[in-house]
Amino acid sequence: MSLAELPFALLLERHPQVAEFVAALALPSAAPGASLAQWLAGLPDEALFDAGMQRGQLLDHLERLVAEVRALAEAPDARVDSLTLLGGRDKSGRAEDLELVFRAGEIVCIIGPTGSGKSRLLADIECLAQGDTPTGRRVLINGAEPPAERRYAPDRKLVAQLSQNMNFVVDLSARELIEMHARCRMVADPQGMARTVIACANALTGEKFAADSAVTQLSGGQTRALMIADAALLSASPVVLIDEIENAGVDRKRALDLLVGGAKIVLISTHDPLLALRGARRLVIRNGGIAEVLDTSPAERRNLQRIERLDAGLMGIRERLRAGLRIEEELPWAE
Amino acid sequence: MQLITVAGSPSVGKTSVILQVAKLLKQDGFAVGVAKFDALSSDDGRLYAQHEIPVAVGLAGALCPDHYFVSNIEDCLAWGQRQGLDVLLSESAGLCNRCSPHIGGVLAICVVDALAGVHTPKKIGPMLRLADLVAITKGDIVSQVEREVFAFHVRLANPGAPALFCNGLTGQGAADLARHIRAAAPTPSLEGSRLRFSMPSAVCPYCVGETAIGETHQRGNVKKMRFADREESR
Repeated sequence: MSLAELPFALLLERHPQVAEFVAALALPSAAPGASLAQWLAGLPDEALFDAGMQRGQLLDHLERLVAEVRALAEAPDARVDSLTLLGGRDKSGRAEDLELVFRAGEIVCIIGPTGSGKSRLLADIECLAQGDTPTGRRVLINGAEPPAERRYAPDRKLVAQLSQNMNFVVDLSARELIEMHARCRMVADPQGMARTVIACANALTGEKFAADSAVTQLSGGQTRALMIADAALLSASPVVLIDEIENAGVDRKRALDLLVGGAKIVLISTHDPLLALRGARRLVIRNGGIAEVLDTSPAERRNLQRIERLDAGLMGIRERLRAGLRIEEELPWAE
Repeated sequence: MQLITVAGSPSVGKTSVILQVAKLLKQDGFAVGVAKFDALSSDDGRLYAQHEIPVAVGLAGALCPDHYFVSNIEDCLAWGQRQGLDVLLSESAGLCNRCSPHIGGVLAICVVDALAGVHTPKKIGPMLRLADLVAITKGDIVSQVEREVFAFHVRLANPGAPALFCNGLTGQGAADLARHIRAAAPTPSLEGSRLRFSMPSAVCPYCVGETAIGETHQRGNVKKMRFADREESR
């Protein structure tokens, strides 16, 4: 049966996106038992004119909508086992001459002074550069050039980004926004998923927030925690690029464990020693190019543990200060 | 010469996107020009000139901007031909979300702004729904969650049309737009062409200068709001 022959009521029931679209156009509903075609034929011309579509365009739109939603629901989630970066050139035009392979579950850090080209590297990966950016770098997915359609499906992008410039701007509660995201991702139980994501975000931040908090009212730490939890549990993207995680109120270790736990490839541009030493490797950027690739050595791993103890000590002091306590005892770890 | 219609609400970043795309097309040796439609005033003419892009600016003034567009687009096309352009981009703002300058057979790009909120794609009419290609701007300053939700809503508002994130500051996405533009069909003439959707009707005394409020002044194409509390008593 073609879409046009389908009873209108059944169409709305089967395809909630169509029901939402029709509701948004504020078109009158169909007579009981009428088919889509009969509904269309019976619509007053004035209502269609106000809605901004002709009958044929509306039918065509609904057909495309149903096909698109079906394609979205059936499309398997992209699986990325590896990301290959083929070197380009630095700001002086000197060749990078390298081929780096990042694997699922790996954390790679990007280190360098401000202005050295860290963001440019993240941008190259974000757009899956094919020699068409100023650096001339190329990015391969699972060892092969990504197909063009991968670059034109912005809601199913391979690469998710978390940057310090990003904010929540929408006028919704955390629960409403995450449920909406879950519905976009065609998750079977959006409410359950929203509860999981929010609980997970609360585990990452010292300051808990309620599911009904407006996302625009969240603190910096809460905002970042919610973005990370969503990227880890709900985002379609198997690659996550992070432009620094502020240390304010986010448990960075748990955040990274959460992200790589979902077999994602995580690239972080950072100045933070706790993050920089947590990766398996770090790329040192100078003058717009990757100057060195350092594997985190066993001695550095041991030092990471020491730094973590220092950090925990500092965090403890912070919490106590916030609780109105004095800090007068000896601090042997700081000597 | 190819004509491309670029439309989007005011301040979404149409000019920035066009500048980025024009830069790439110029690098490839294309002669690119812009027909800029605005309502009251426009500084963008100067901006295009600064980037050495030939520009024709039209101000609709008291007229409905899209009616002004459709009455002038043929003259713009002729201007572009006189300038020897390979690509002419028309830039116009859909002020009420109901208008659309898109023409059958002419590549139509709609620019939408991720900052405008995740519900916005539902509220934009034929300008978005009937475009061939959607450029989403300002995606770099909203959360990844909102980016994905916004892009999904764009897909529902115009199923099947490629949508891409485009950053007017860094040029991200401009290469993809330029690729579509290079592949677009040429527009030798607009004679016999049709708008993809009719312009909104606006024929009442207020269109021609009436300012007085009251039933006696409401003539011509008048449409009244309906109120739920009055509906029930009928």
